[in-house]
Amino acid sequence: MTHLPSPRGPLSRWVLGAFAEADRPSLPRLPAATAVLSDGDFQLALWLLYELHYRGFDGVEADLEWDPDLIAARRQLEAPFEAALRALPSPLDTTGPDEDVSVRLTRLIDADPSGELAPYLQRAASREEFLDFLRSRSIYHLKESDPQSFLLPRLSGGAKVALAELQYDEYGAGDPDFLHQELFADALRACGLSADYGSYLDETDALTLANNNAMSLFALNRRLRGAAMGHLAAFEATSSVPCRRIAAGADRLGLPAAAARYYDEHVEADAAHEQVAILDICGRAAAAEPELADDMLFGASVCLELDRLAAEDLLERWRSGPSLSDEMPRVVA
Amino acid sequence: MRVSQCPDGGPLLVRGAQTWLDDDGTLHEVRRPVVAVCQCSRSQRMPWCDGTHKFVRPDAPEPGG
Repeated sequence: MTHLPSPRGPLSRWVLGAFAEADRPSLPRLPAATAVLSDGDFQLALWLLYELHYRGFDGVEADLEWDPDLIAARRQLEAPFEAALRALPSPLDTTGPDEDVSVRLTRLIDADPSGELAPYLQRAASREEFLDFLRSRSIYHLKESDPQSFLLPRLSGGAKVALAELQYDEYGAGDPDFLHQELFADALRACGLSADYGSYLDETDALTLANNNAMSLFALNRRLRGAAMGHLAAFEATSSVPCRRIAAGADRLGLPAAAARYYDEHVEADAAHEQVAILDICGRAAAAEPELADDMLFGASVCLELDRLAAEDLLERWRSGPSLSDEMPRVVA
Repeated sequence: MRVSQCPDGGPLLVRGAQTWLDDDGTLHEVRRPVVAVCQCSRSQRMPWCDGTHKFVRPDAPEPGG
């Protein structure tokens, strides 16, 4: 279980208070929807509420998962969060006449400019920057694929079979040594970092939390199952090539083999998962329920856009903060 | 074993294989329920797909992509 983080403002302070005390004041005023994605206090508050549905926290009653006040607060936060996600720009307008959703998803993903983060990690990042990257990603990778498990009972027929196939591989394909969450924990430990779930929550930036929260929003709300499938498709389809670069970066820096191993595993796995997610999960689900197609494109756009914003944020932090690297290239080669 | 070809020059998806025999006659162990086998010959992880086909455009000068 996870240690509770420190509050970052009134909303996360309210949630932490509500975890400890049954007598609760009303929820503080929410920021405007236009501001919530980069509001660390808002994103941490929502992350804390979602976490009750995953593994919970040390010293927090498990029964609070279905506490009416906390569910009500979660819904109040989800409304502006979803509005902000729907207002994000899409890399490509794919509204077309009855086109196959797999074709639309592929066009959208192909239109996304490949980011600078993976090439930077491959060629230029310092050891400290690489470790900073691992810490920042730990908030997701230590519960990798868990949000999508909530999606399984919301699907039926061929799409469910395909998601189960993908998840089985994510969860080690029958071999505990290959559980992806555990491969990442091995990478953290080998690099001298903490593999305890949530260890780096206090330093995780708003956009990384937002990216994580978007997966929970989509997976925990049945009406958003289309977005959950589209998000997964974009996530898998933008993984294989960057993971190859990141693995090469870990080798370049001479990091322990477990670091490259995690990313190596994802080169092959996600090349297959990409096809399964686009063709078999999204394709079959949209064939059965065509009205889900637009939300699949929405979910995919959210994945691409939040990933891009979080990556730019991280690169900017490294460029502007001299503490992590002795070489500070302003331009990424 | 079930095999399906992905569109756009993508890989072969192979399900239920224990091993995969590549074009050079080398036998590769399979430990996944579904694997993607490279069809564009540009993968750096042969015989497995690594996503490189996306950079091989239909109008690229190199034949056989």
